[in-house]
Amino acid sequence: MTMSLGPYASFIVTSYAAAAIVVAILIGWVVLDYRNQARRLRELDRSGVTRRSGRSAVDTP
Amino acid sequence: MTLIDLANPTRFLALSARVVPWLAAATVILLTIGLYQSATAPDDYQQGATVKIMFIHVPNAWLSMFVWGVMSVASLGTLVWRHPLADVAAKAAAPIGASFTFLALLTGSLWGRPMWGTYWEWDARLTSVLILFLMYLGLMALWRAVEDPSRAARAAAVLTLVGAINLPIIKFSVDWWNTLHQPASVMRMGGSTLDKSFLIPLLVMAVAFTLLFVTLHLAAMRNEILRRRVRSLQMMQASQKAA
Repeated sequence: MTMSLGPYASFIVTSYAAAAIVVAILIGWVVLDYRNQARRLRELDRSGVTRRSGRSAVDTP
Repeated sequence: MTLIDLANPTRFLALSARVVPWLAAATVILLTIGLYQSATAPDDYQQGATVKIMFIHVPNAWLSMFVWGVMSVASLGTLVWRHPLADVAAKAAAPIGASFTFLALLTGSLWGRPMWGTYWEWDARLTSVLILFLMYLGLMALWRAVEDPSRAARAAAVLTLVGAINLPIIKFSVDWWNTLHQPASVMRMGGSTLDKSFLIPLLVMAVAFTLLFVTLHLAAMRNEILRRRVRSLQMMQASQKAA
């Protein structure tokens, strides 16, 4: 099946491509940020810092 | 589990860990269906194939306002009830809302050029959405600029609630002023003016993007809770070293 987008195909394709890029950046930001915070918590745990509750720094459910 | 139980960050982390994978899967499925329906939707008799931009533009435009609405409710939680997760929710939503608003402006501009003959016009709808985008950026800058998290939370909450005045202005700008932007065609008295062949893919895409927001928001809130946990542990470590 071929899809004809007419004379304004570049506007349509750019719109969808921009949305895909922005959504990919948002997903990447969330994933990388989680890895970064989890790594920092593990480092704190290794250095012996514990939460006031006494639980490990990396103790996340 | 009652709603009040979620006020506990540890319980929230447990719930989000269980829910986010399912939400992500539902988002992927709905986005796939929505994109297929968008691709196979017929051309509009006036706009031709450029009507396909609507399936991306409108969900992002709706979400640009919806996310600010979510942040406004969270801001009430910060100022009135001092809910422990309220500022976390507002702060985590801001970059996502800014991204949706950017996409609404960009895709609107790309739709406007072939249909209106211009990328941009300083009319009430476009200008009020641009102001919304600038307010998102201002809020994000405020959270970064104020070092004390509780002071930053209160200042951001006040700014968010003041900014909420812009939401009805955006919504009704096409009715109150003579604008280049078309009036409401989906959510209006008397029902939608859109044909089903356009309305169904549009609604599917709108639900898919809303699910995408909820998924990203829960994940970003989890990250923000962990960031605050890191910060408090680092402060504890620094005070232990100083003692």
